[in-house]
Amino acid sequence: MQDRMIARAKELLADGTVDRVMGWKKGEFLYDATPAVFYSAEELDAGFVMNAFTAANVSKYLIKETKKEGKILAFLKPCDSFSFRQLMNEHRVDRDKVYIVGIPSWGKADMEKIRQKGITGITSIEEREGDFVVNTILRETHVIKKYDVYLEKCKNCKSKEIVVYDELLDGENGAAVTNSRFDEVAKLEAMTPDERFAFWQNELSRCIRCNACRNVCPACTCEKCVFDNPKSGLENKAAATSFEENMFHIIRAFHVAGRCTDCGECSRVCPQHIPLHLLNRKFIKDMNELYGDFQAGEAEQQRHPVTSYRTDDAEPGVIYTRGGTGK
Amino acid sequence: MQVKNENWKPLIVAFCCNWCSYAGADLAGTNRLNYPADVKIIRVPCSCRVNPMFILRAFQRGADGVIVCGCHPGDCHYTSGNYYARRRMTLLFSMLDYLGIEKGRTRVEWVSAAEGQKFAETMNSFVETITSLGENKRLEDLRCKTE
Repeated sequence: MQDRMIARAKELLADGTVDRVMGWKKGEFLYDATPAVFYSAEELDAGFVMNAFTAANVSKYLIKETKKEGKILAFLKPCDSFSFRQLMNEHRVDRDKVYIVGIPSWGKADMEKIRQKGITGITSIEEREGDFVVNTILRETHVIKKYDVYLEKCKNCKSKEIVVYDELLDGENGAAVTNSRFDEVAKLEAMTPDERFAFWQNELSRCIRCNACRNVCPACTCEKCVFDNPKSGLENKAAATSFEENMFHIIRAFHVAGRCTDCGECSRVCPQHIPLHLLNRKFIKDMNELYGDFQAGEAEQQRHPVTSYRTDDAEPGVIYTRGGTGK
Repeated sequence: MQVKNENWKPLIVAFCCNWCSYAGADLAGTNRLNYPADVKIIRVPCSCRVNPMFILRAFQRGADGVIVCGCHPGDCHYTSGNYYARRRMTLLFSMLDYLGIEKGRTRVEWVSAAEGQKFAETMNSFVETITSLGENKRLEDLRCKTE
C-alpha cells in the first residue's frame, strides 16, 4: 500500500492539485513513524512510510496546515476521518484546503505488546490475513496473531468507514464494525465504589502530567488550555497523594465529551499506559444510554448531547439508582 | 489508618442560581427557618454557569459536599440553562461515581424562589448526608488546599 500511496501522492503533486502531503515519516526505528509533511517527490521517496505502526491520527495537524497557503494532500484512515469530520463540524479545519485520500486500515500494531512477546530488533513487518509477519535483526521470522498485538483502539475498532474523502485509494469504502468497546466500562461499573476507587487510584497515580494525552487529542483544540493556569496552585507541583491528578483527567474527558470520536489516541500515547479511553468511553456510554445513540464525527453538522437537551431528560438523581453497588 | 478529626465540621458549597434558589435561601432566612451554617452559598447567574470544574475545584480545596441549586426545569430565567446544567451534572456525577467517589457528595436540587421551606429541608438533609459520609479524602488536593 505504501508504494501505491507514494505514487498517487506524486501524481497529485505533479498535476498541481496539492503542493504538499501529510503522511507519516520514517523514524529512527521501524515502529516510531511520526506524522510529517512532505513537499516533494524526493522527500516522499526518502521518508514516507505506511506500515503496521503508522497509527498516529493526522487530523489534528490539519488545523494548522489548513491555515497556511495552498492545498494539502492528507491520507486519512477511517478513525482519522471521524476526527476530521468532527473538526469540520466545529469549523476548526478548512475543508477546501485539504485533498483527502481515504485509506483502509486493518488495525495497527502496538510495539509494547510485540516486545512483551520477546521480539526485539524488528527490521520489517508485513500484514497477512489475520497475522503480522515480523522479521528481526537476528534473522528470525515470527508470525503473530494480529489480534494479540493490536493497539487498544484497533482491538475495539468501531468503524472501517471513511466518512469524509475526495477519493478512496482502494475505490471502496468500509462499514461500521460490531465491537465490544463498552465491555470494560461495564465491568468497572459492576464493581463496588471502593474497588473502582482502588482501580483508578492505581491507574492515575502513575500520571506524570506530561500532557501527551491532551496534546495528541484531535478534539482538544483550544488555543489556550484551562490547565495551563499559573494560578491553579497545581502548576509545577508534583502530586502529593496518589489520586490528585483526578481533576485533570475528569475534566479532560469532560471537555471532549460529545466530541470525542473514540479514536483512542490518548491511550496510545500515554507513556504510563493509563487506560484513558475508559474515561472517554464512560461518557460515550452514558450519553448513549441516557440521551440516545450518538457517534461524534459520523454526520455533518450535528449537535452533540452536551450541547442539546430534551425537556424530559433524566434527573441527575438517576445516578444514585443505576449501576454499581454500595452507597 | 485514618485518624478521626474530633473537631471536624463539614464544609458544604452550595451553588445557587440568582433567580430561584438564591431567593429561596433568602426566603428561608426571612422565614427564620434553620439550616446549618456549614453551607456556604455561592451565587451564580444560572445553574448552567456552574462549570463541572467548579465542583471539582471546590472538592480539591477542601469542600466535603457540593450542591447545585437551580430553577425547576421549565422555569429557567434564561429559558433553557437548567436543562443544559441537568445533562452536564448527570454526566459529571456519573463519572465521579465511576471513579469510586461516594455518591452522596454531590447533589442537584431544584428550588424555586417560593420554596424557602424546601431550601432549608434540602440543606439540612444534605448536611446530614455529608456528616455521615465524613471528610472528603478522595477528591482533596493537598497542593492547593487552603486551611
